[in-house]
Amino acid sequence: MLDPYKIREDFPILKRKINNNPLIYFDNAATSQKPKQVIDTIKNFYENHNANVHRAVHTLSQEASELYEKAHEEVANFINANGMEEIVFVRGTTEAINLVAYAWGLPNLKKGDEVLVSLMEHHSNIVPWEILSKLTGFNVKYIEVNADGTLNYKAFENMISNKTKIVCISQVSNFSGVINDVKRVARVAHEHGALTIVDGAQSVPHLPINVKDLDVDFLAFSGHKMLGPTGIGALYGKREIFEEMSPFQGGGEMIREVSFNQVTERCSITWNDLPWKFEAGTPNICGGVGLMEAVKYLRKLGMENVKAHECMLTEYAMRRMQECQKVKIYGPTDASVKCGIIPFNVEGSSSHDVALFLDNYGIMIRSGLHCAQPLHEIFKLESSARASFYIYNTREEVDRFIEVLKEIEQV
Amino acid sequence: MVAIEDYVARIEETCGKEKDFIVIFKYDKKEQTVAKILKKAKIEKSISAIIFELTFKNVSFRLYGTGKAIFRNLKDKSELQNVLADLLL
Repeated sequence: MLDPYKIREDFPILKRKINNNPLIYFDNAATSQKPKQVIDTIKNFYENHNANVHRAVHTLSQEASELYEKAHEEVANFINANGMEEIVFVRGTTEAINLVAYAWGLPNLKKGDEVLVSLMEHHSNIVPWEILSKLTGFNVKYIEVNADGTLNYKAFENMISNKTKIVCISQVSNFSGVINDVKRVARVAHEHGALTIVDGAQSVPHLPINVKDLDVDFLAFSGHKMLGPTGIGALYGKREIFEEMSPFQGGGEMIREVSFNQVTERCSITWNDLPWKFEAGTPNICGGVGLMEAVKYLRKLGMENVKAHECMLTEYAMRRMQECQKVKIYGPTDASVKCGIIPFNVEGSSSHDVALFLDNYGIMIRSGLHCAQPLHEIFKLESSARASFYIYNTREEVDRFIEVLKEIEQV
Repeated sequence: MVAIEDYVARIEETCGKEKDFIVIFKYDKKEQTVAKILKKAKIEKSISAIIFELTFKNVSFRLYGTGKAIFRNLKDKSELQNVLADLLL
């Protein structure tokens, strides 16, 4: 087991007081806090190594290039990918999904094809497919969710067909924390000749991930939810699929050659090697280096330990929340089938009221629809409050959270 | 000329069907702003003198001592701005 009290010493922000109360940060599903190791790495990069990467011969550029490439390798190792050729750095999960939608979907999806999307998806795994379907005419079909928020695998297996070209699914729901069996989804998809794109925004920071074992085709995730800086994330893709795909955006860095042909009076272009083919323009170099440090930090803790700690906190928090008469928790009550996310409401108060009340006591949670409106409609909710945990949260913080929830019930 | 922007840092319109408005008052003026509002609005309920259920011209809202307020059941942002103008100016 990891020691959250020792971990907390690495997070300067956790020493802050908010409204004269110690900060309790339970909004980790939105973004995580950053350890001083990541903050120092960013500072050190700009103070000592900053330069543009690739195609320069000077020392600083060599150092920056080496660090940036190492960052890809570190992220590849973290999810057991075959190498940095399978890791494209992007702004975050949303950009990663859009990259797949446009670079793979645009040339491969046509009228009569089907794209299956689960109803528990974050809007970022719904909207790109809906936009693209208007351009090429394919059909988007939605996979049902059971009453407890789990995926209806039977419905999925009944609706998939040879028309299905790609299945879009999150590994962990950002609303309920439910863990989906994406290995099963990928196996069924492959049996029908379809690919899978997995939204790993809520899973990669919290669970041990082995893309070879899961056998998914694409995995998208964000650095800022896993102790890294904002504006950096990664898209894993199987090398053979990446090789067949055309670039997402055009510009510098992603080309090998742009040559003007005097006869045709056009430029002929050859693409750069993977992963640079998908990284047009000057990338977020420092973000990548910061993400590398975040990954190192998590690897040192051990992802099995991260998972066990969050599972313990979730189970404890859900048990204690049941002491509150007016608190209703949504989704499965078995902590072992979910990550550290608890959606709830307090009878008689709106989710925003609950969040503002908790904020008054220094407790940060999220309220609203969490970019998962279809799932809220299934649960017949106008909005929900969401507490989400990470490595630095403690049982004492949960106890304080429960105390304040009990106060809200009295209002 | 004093404007509501002198007191209000940000207005968040919540997503979904509820369409609540959360008003975040300027941090350095929050005590002054809270006092101003408490002077004009009717206090329906006070919780530990840090959270207040208030009504003002048939609009009910909740005000937090931390300098935030949540307004419900308003038609749109312009109605909110009118209420804020009456409360603050």
